[in-house]
Order: sequence, then C-alpha cells, then structure tokens
Amino acid sequence: MSAILAGDPLLSHGIDFEVVLIVIAKTVVVFALLLVLVMFYIWFMRKVIADMQNRIGPNNAGPWGILQTLADGIKFFFKEQSIPDTADRTVFRLAPYLSVVPAFLAFSIVPIGGKVSILGHQTYLQLADPPIGVLFLLMMSGIGLYGVMLAGWASGSKYPLLGSVRASAQLLSYEAAFGLSVVAVLLHAGTLSTRGIANAQAWTSWHSFVTDWYWSIAIVSFVIFVIAAIAETDHPPFDLVEAEQELVGGFHTEYTGIRFAIFFLAGFMNVITMSAIAVTLFLGGPSGPALGFLPKTGVVNVWLMPIFWFFSKLMVLLFGTVWIRASLPRLRYDQLMDLGWKWLIELAFLAVMVTAVVVVARDQGWERWIAVPAAFGGAILVLGLLRLCMPKADEAVSEVA
Amino acid sequence: MGMAKGFGVTWRQMFRPRLTTEYPDAKRPKPERFHGRHVLNRYEDGMEKCIGCELCAGVCPAKCIYVRGADNPPDAPVSPGERYGFVYEINYLRCIHCDLCVEACPTEAITETKLFEFSFTNREDAIYTKAELLVDDDGRARRQPWELWMGDEDDHTSAWMRATSPSGDAEFEGRIAWSNELGFGERPAEPAQGPKASPDA
Ligand code: SF4
Ligand code: SF4
Repeated sequence: MSAILAGDPLLSHGIDFEVVLIVIAKTVVVFALLLVLVMFYIWFMRKVIADMQNRIGPNNAGPWGILQTLADGIKFFFKEQSIPDTADRTVFRLAPYLSVVPAFLAFSIVPIGGKVSILGHQTYLQLADPPIGVLFLLMMSGIGLYGVMLAGWASGSKYPLLGSVRASAQLLSYEAAFGLSVVAVLLHAGTLSTRGIANAQAWTSWHSFVTDWYWSIAIVSFVIFVIAAIAETDHPPFDLVEAEQELVGGFHTEYTGIRFAIFFLAGFMNVITMSAIAVTLFLGGPSGPALGFLPKTGVVNVWLMPIFWFFSKLMVLLFGTVWIRASLPRLRYDQLMDLGWKWLIELAFLAVMVTAVVVVARDQGWERWIAVPAAFGGAILVLGLLRLCMPKADEAVSEVA
Repeated sequence: MGMAKGFGVTWRQMFRPRLTTEYPDAKRPKPERFHGRHVLNRYEDGMEKCIGCELCAGVCPAKCIYVRGADNPPDAPVSPGERYGFVYEINYLRCIHCDLCVEACPTEAITETKLFEFSFTNREDAIYTKAELLVDDDGRARRQPWELWMGDEDDHTSAWMRATSPSGDAEFEGRIAWSNELGFGERPAEPAQGPKASPDA
C-alpha cells in the first residue's frame, strides 16, 4: 500500500504519530515556502523589469521595497468584493480556489533537497513523492484550467467568457506538446517519480552538468518544455488570456478584492511551480557539487547544499521568465496556434521518437554511432513528409473562403 | 535572430542609469508658467488687491468663483479702492486652472501658484474661501492641512500674470508693468520674457 502511495522512506515503516507530525510539518513548511516564494517573485519581477526599463521599482515598503507584495496583499483583503447580478454565485466564489489549490499541489512533488533524517526518520525533502509523480503534475495543470474556465463562465459576462474560452483552447493546444516533451525525460530516467528523475541526474563530477543533466541530453525537449510551460502558465508572451486591449482582464474581469488576488497568486504560483518542475526534470533538481572540504554526511552537505543548488537553479529560471516578460511582445492568436500545433507538437513527437531509439540503443548495447544518426535521419524524414502534407496558410484561407 | 536582439536590448538597459525622480522626496522643477492653485495677493503695505469687481467670476468658464464685493469701511479700509472682496470662494472641484481669472483681474489680485498637490477628503475642503486664498502677512500662500508642498515651492505665485502682462511683448522690454507684492516687492520679469521670447521658450 505504502509503495503505491509514496516512494518516500518515511512512510515505508508504518505510520505512527511522529510520521504524521513530520508530514504535517512538511506541509506547513512547503505551503509557507511557496507563499513566500510568490511574494519574493513578484517583488523580484517588478524590480528586474524596472531595471530593464531604467526605473527603480518598488522601494518604499521595507528595505528595497521587499514588503511591497505583502502590502498589496493586505490591501486586497480590505477591498470590496462585488459579484455581478448575472453571475452563478456559487461557482463564481469557488473558481479562485479551484485554480490556486492545484497550483499548490503541483509544487508538493518537487524535490527541494536531499535525503535527510528528522527525529530519526529518513525522509526526502519534498512533500510527497508519489510513483506517478509526473502524471500527477499533468493532472494538476489540467485541473487548474477548471478554475479559469469556471471563473469565465460563472461571471455571466462576455469578456470573461471569451477569455476563458481562449484559456481552454490555449491550454489544450499546449498540453500535448508539454506532455510529450516530458516523455523524453521519462524515457531517459525510466521512472515517473520526481525523486527518481532527480536521482538519475545525480552529480558525479563537473561533466555531469552536460552528460547527466537532461537539459543537454534532451535539449529539444527542454526547449519545447520551456515554451509550452510558459504558454501553460499564461505568462507573457502567451498571455492572450488576459489581453487587456481585447478582453479587458480576460477571465478575471469581474473579480475584485481578495478573489482577484487569489487568481494572481495562482498565476504566480504556477510560474514558480513550472520553473521548479523544469529544474527537477531538466536541471538535476537539488543535485550539484558538494563542498569537498566539509564532511560528506555533515549538516551542510546533506541539508544545505542540495537546497542551495535547488534554489540557485530556480532563481536562474525565474530570472529567465522575467526577462522574457520584459522582452517579448504578446503573440497574435494565429501565431500562438501555429506555434503550438504546427511546430511544438510535431517536434516534441519526433524528439520522443529519437529519444526512444537512443534509450533502446543504450539498453541493448547497439552501435551508438549508427543508431543515433539513423534516428535523427528518420525524424527529419518524417518532419519533411508532415510539412509536405500540411496545407499552406493561404490555401487554408481560400478553402474557408 | 530579431528575438535575441530584443533580449539584448533589455539586458543592456539593466546597467543604464535610472531616470526615476523619487517623488515626493525629490521633485522636478516645474515649468515657469505652471497653473496651480490660486492666491489672493496683497500690496506691500498689507492692503488687499482685490476690489470685488467680479470680473474673474464673470470670465470663469467653469463658473467656480463666487465673489461678493462690499464698500470699504472708511476708517479701516481693506483695499485701496472704493470696494473690496468681501466674500471670495473658489471651488476646486470645478476649476480647470485655465488662468482666465488671472488675465481678467484688473488689479492682479488673483494669481496662480505652482502648488498643485492638494487632495482633500471631503467636498467642503474643496471650496477655498478667502481665509484660505489670501496670502499671509509675509506674502506667502497659506498651507492647508491637506496640501503637500515644501521648500520654496510657494515662492512663485504670480508668474503667469507677469508673463501675460504687456512687458511680455518685446516693445515693452525692461518696463515693469505690474504692481509690487507683499513680501516680494517688485517681482522681476520671467526669464523667457523679452525680445528672444518665443512660444516654445
Ligand atoms: S483658473 Fe479658470 S476655471 Fe479656475 S477659477 Fe480661474 S477662470 Fe475659473
Ligand atoms: S480677484 Fe480681481 S477680478 Fe476678481 S473680484 Fe477681485 S479684483 Fe475683481
């Protein structure tokens, strides 16, 4: 039973009071951590974007304005909350939570640190390590869509509805590429568990950075993952869901006060969760060089260094998201659909095929220098054929006309 | 790769100097002829300039000035003329700061300062009465509790009036055509006035 529930050694020796306590403590810590991360990320984002626009950014609340997000959050609590007459009141109230809960749950499977012992119990520094790890992530990102969809539908107003229809279409389009890009990693690692994937990218020496971490082994999938993840989180340049010029605020047009804030919280949580997942899947999770001059089993190398590496990598990716936000203009709707359907899904598919060949070649001991080029050749051939079959844009238009 | 170029631009901007002025701790200099809130001026001997003629009220396009004149008490005159402004009110919820009242005034009694940071929390406060508009015994604008200004921002109380007086014309260069003010004496001309003055100076 416990093997189905979790791979965490904490749960493998029966469940007693201490175990429950540890799990509760972990839950609280992870929840608080995610909230603090969101606070920090919003401040960080505003500061970096301000830098990129020669401004100063928030600088009044706390040192360097670091408490600005807190101040904004408190303000939201005291704002009036209005519900439109035409709204479906129950669903309208429920929707924000439907979008924030999955965002949090998805973060629970991210390995933040290594294997430590608390109160004599061995455990992973992550809230949960279900053997279906990555599937759980896909599930959660799918359920998160309900929050957006129901918010738009329950508002009983046209712009939210249009925004939520866009959101659904966008998420459905990119979910496929997203899932496929993850498959390449799964094939390499041979497990669905996030801990297993992180362990498969363990740090052995400096060349691990290139030879063991999946960002380089599955570079195509990594790029596709990043693009699809940005699209999944409605992050610019894919933020058509809330394109102000066209849709006012998109699905959250009718939301005010703390409910509105919860949508934003969920949005930023998603960005952080996706970055954390990218760290886990492609950048080795918490693995990284230990401090050689300190004992291998000491507190620093067991507890701190993995956590340090995890957050360093997370910071790099988060900076990347902010940089993208500051640099790229929003895509047009047809560009969004073209990119998703005509390029990403195709490429992700081919990447999976090539990966499969590479993995099988590795396991069977085939000649690498024959198998890999053959796989690439096949992939390019398939891509070419697909391109040939695809109607040109103007043809498609004339057909419609 | 146009996209990479875009990323380069944002990256480079991170290391350029900031352009932000940290308002309200620091303020940028205001244009010379800035239209802020009004003051009612006084002569150097302390007499009020307003003669209660209601020309300003008549010209105001927003109809926000209310003036009632009264005869000067012979033993304690308020203004040098026959009458004085007995009631003077400006409703700042209506004023559009067009400065037409300043141009209409025959005695340069009403002028506009550069003070604009007044955010009242009730409508009563929006109506400035004579007690609030009239300059104090040093010739300075009276600070209301809800007004935010500091330093010498209340120095420049009659720039627009002087700028539009006949001396603004090259023909009258060097000839002062405005009366002295309490606390400031004879105000110098604005730098932009004179032969070199052009519309965009
Ligand atoms: S500035 Fe214009 S609107 Fe304001 S009181 Fe004078 S005339 Fe009226
Ligand atoms: S401010 Fe000038 S225009 Fe208005 S009533 Fe007084 S003297 Fe007349």
